Amino acid sequence: MSDTAVLSTSARPDRAGAAPRVGDTALTARLAALDLPAGGFSAPARRDAAARLNEMGLPGPRDEYWRYTDPAPFNAPRPEALAIPPREATLFDDIDRLKLVFVDGVFDAAASDDLTGEGLEIDTLAAADAGGDHWAGALYGQLETAGQNPVRRPFAALNTLAARDGVLIRATGRVARPVHLLYRRSDEAADVHLHHVIRLEQGAELTLLETGAMGARSNAVLEVDLAAGARFHHIASKRADDDKLGIGHIFARVGEGALLKSFALAVNGRVMRNEGVIEITGDDAVAHIAAAVLGDGDEGRFHHDDTVFITHAGQRCESRQVYKKVLKNGAQGIFQGKILVRPGAQKTDGYQISKGLLLDEGSQFLAKPELEIYADDVKCSHGSTTGALDETALFYLRSRGVPREQAVVLLVLSFLADTLEEIEDERLRDGILTRLDQWLTSRATG
Amino acid sequence: MAVDTGEAIEIREGVDRETVETVQNMGSYKYGWDTEIEMDYAPKGINEDIVRLISKKNEEPEWMTEWRLQAFRRWQTMTEPKWAMLHYPEIDYQDQYYYARPKSMREKPKSLGEVDPKLLATYEKLGIPLKEQMILAGVEGAGDTPAEGRKVAVDAVFDSVSVGTTFKDELAKAGVIFCPISEAIREHPELVRKYLGSVVPQSDNFFATLNSAVFSDGSFVYIPPGVRCPMELSTYFRINAENTGQFERTLIIADKGSYVSYLEGCTAPKRDTAQLHAAVVEIVILEDAEVKYSTVQNWFPGDEEGKGGIYNFVTKRADCREARAKVMWTQVETGSAITWKYPSCILRGDEAQGEFYSIAIANNMQQADTGTKMIHLGKNTRSRIVSKGISAGKAQNTYRGLVSMHPRATHSRNYTQCDSLLIGDKCGAHTVPYIEVKNTSSRVEHEATTSKVDDDQLFYCRQRGMGEEEAIALIVNGFAKEVLQALPMEFAMEAQSLVAISLEGSVG
Repeated sequence: MSDTAVLSTSARPDRAGAAPRVGDTALTARLAALDLPAGGFSAPARRDAAARLNEMGLPGPRDEYWRYTDPAPFNAPRPEALAIPPREATLFDDIDRLKLVFVDGVFDAAASDDLTGEGLEIDTLAAADAGGDHWAGALYGQLETAGQNPVRRPFAALNTLAARDGVLIRATGRVARPVHLLYRRSDEAADVHLHHVIRLEQGAELTLLETGAMGARSNAVLEVDLAAGARFHHIASKRADDDKLGIGHIFARVGEGALLKSFALAVNGRVMRNEGVIEITGDDAVAHIAAAVLGDGDEGRFHHDDTVFITHAGQRCESRQVYKKVLKNGAQGIFQGKILVRPGAQKTDGYQISKGLLLDEGSQFLAKPELEIYADDVKCSHGSTTGALDETALFYLRSRGVPREQAVVLLVLSFLADTLEEIEDERLRDGILTRLDQWLTSRATG
Repeated sequence: MAVDTGEAIEIREGVDRETVETVQNMGSYKYGWDTEIEMDYAPKGINEDIVRLISKKNEEPEWMTEWRLQAFRRWQTMTEPKWAMLHYPEIDYQDQYYYARPKSMREKPKSLGEVDPKLLATYEKLGIPLKEQMILAGVEGAGDTPAEGRKVAVDAVFDSVSVGTTFKDELAKAGVIFCPISEAIREHPELVRKYLGSVVPQSDNFFATLNSAVFSDGSFVYIPPGVRCPMELSTYFRINAENTGQFERTLIIADKGSYVSYLEGCTAPKRDTAQLHAAVVEIVILEDAEVKYSTVQNWFPGDEEGKGGIYNFVTKRADCREARAKVMWTQVETGSAITWKYPSCILRGDEAQGEFYSIAIANNMQQADTGTKMIHLGKNTRSRIVSKGISAGKAQNTYRGLVSMHPRATHSRNYTQCDSLLIGDKCGAHTVPYIEVKNTSSRVEHEATTSKVDDDQLFYCRQRGMGEEEAIALIVNGFAKEVLQALPMEFAMEAQSLVAISLEGSVG
């Protein structure tokens, strides 16, 4: 018998790099359609991003992380023109807040409040880039880069390369007034890239609110760096007339004893993809990310994709992912979530729940809740359920004299309730709840 | 309280005697010996001539040779899948034998009496005597088994060929066909042509396509309409030759209203070099029929440093083709260096039912990426997945599964539970479920947990005088109980002790 091994020992190519990619011509065309800024303090980060993007290419239809969402509309050089929605009162109008307005992705100083606040240092990316060195230089594009491994996120690299504006916030203490980023549109074909960087120093606390329509197509990156004991609250709300085609990213690094809570509400839209990449680096930290999604396909396509990746590197940390999607009229809801527990991240408590409520035939909920665990003393669980409204509960309510439409509204609200739990501020939570209730009731009766 | 000696442990109240014995017996891989036997090999490597040669050795008709060649040509255009969480050196497909047959099998033995005694002794030693005895060895005297015992018919596959099938005559009386697939191709071509490749098409995936080209033997089962197979059927796969891949193919057809329970076992000798195993199992289930398929996979897992072991790339799929067809997969995966295996259910018929129960244990350097697919196509279809993954040492264990509810599969249900248990801080447990729901009236539930052996439970056992390893074996058996209970009795005993053996040395 031969003594040659059946299996040779040659190393296999790197898996992450082996994913399929679309032709370079698509990327060239995509970049040619953009007016790329040279950048000031951010210039080195932009150069790196260009190299990263060239190496990764744009995602192809067979890319595993684009399994359920066709990347084609994001790969196209230009977005289709989209009518400008009428201006409505925003969710947070009656709250004492620091308002920053971005029109077509460009800061509008006249419409915004003064960029000053107690314990707060705020600049816009465009203004900071026109000047010299900036504290954000150490962060801009850095958390995005860290979030590229093991899953590549080409549109985030594209954003770092192409973003002209955004907000750079550094907080050193507890900031009482929430910072509200309000997006507006004036150009029907604006292809918007916004890049925000937030740094909370030790023990600082900040609430960030986001509402409105960014552009005909939007690509946003929010980089959040939390030092020890910092607390960051984030609430984003999208309405039916807001962005129709958008990709949003959150890249967060959560330090020792720090807390991050992010909640997103999406009511309609068209094709939305949200990527949340959170790395818990310190011990005893907490990260919660949640979304309530209401999708109705009757105004055209509704496709909402949440792709979340939480990495536990610290000990005794807690993470929660809570995603609820109510789908109707051929709407598609996607959830791809992952908890990665690194070796040594003992006493991790990871929890992930994704639920789809299908209100009629033709709607779909597609989920891929993943766990990857390399430490033994951990508690990780995930659950995912999909189904229709509970007929028994509906019958109970109707037998108590609640009209069917109202009963449906009640059940949908109760279905979404535990995502709202992730909003700590009661006023904000009640505001969202009222908005949801109004929206559901108006549609149920209208 | 007096300090007990080791002996006293056995008789202590409340401690399962068997668990203690297995833990004490921890003599590593039990089946690692090899049989010295003269073999005929086809030349190393794979090409069209080798494919033709295998076909010729099996005295196959022209259509079968063509079918294989078609698969081979397709295979050359395919690339090895890399998506699983498995890391292993590149496989050189030209550096191994695709056909190995004991010399004594050149002339097909006409009955078991003519089979080389060395081969019979091999199976005897494995606890699978190829005699038409009442029950499998190892179960004798096992509690309340009736004295007459339960009959199990065995097809024994040694490297590339089937060496013998027991109880053929008795099965034939019931109309059941149970024979090596090589024989079925010659003698029941109408059935084979109709069903071969109808569940796992030639081009299904890289490993299945390779198997379609070079499979040498395997088992064929046909249960006629309305027949409840009078005994359990079993195939025992043994890899013996070095540097040889085993590519077996199993085809089971359960005609309308029939029932069969099928068991599969596998072992291999300890070798320094890894060996390739790429099998395909196809099951066709027609109206009202039911198939139970149980596997205890105990291929050589490699040594503690991960040297050697079987690379197990298996495609198993059941097609519940008609109404109320039912399939139940049960697997205990304890062996193999690499496991890549996803027994699937296509629930095509209305009210069809699929079940998957799995225990996957990975210790030392083992890597397992296993799970199932439940494809709901028919109305009112039901499926249930219970998967228990246990990782110890430096092993990686991944559950990967798909539950898909198609728009037409209204009022269907799925329940999935996958739990992982980690023993030690160098191993990993991963879960990659895909859940796709495309209609409203169906319900899908998925639950997964990951935990370690509970300190309280461990303390409780230790406090009652159990050693740490026996305590862990007991707890793990409890963790895996739901699956162990789904196994036929013959396997349940073996599986239970395997759980203890596989975890040996994983503590401390």
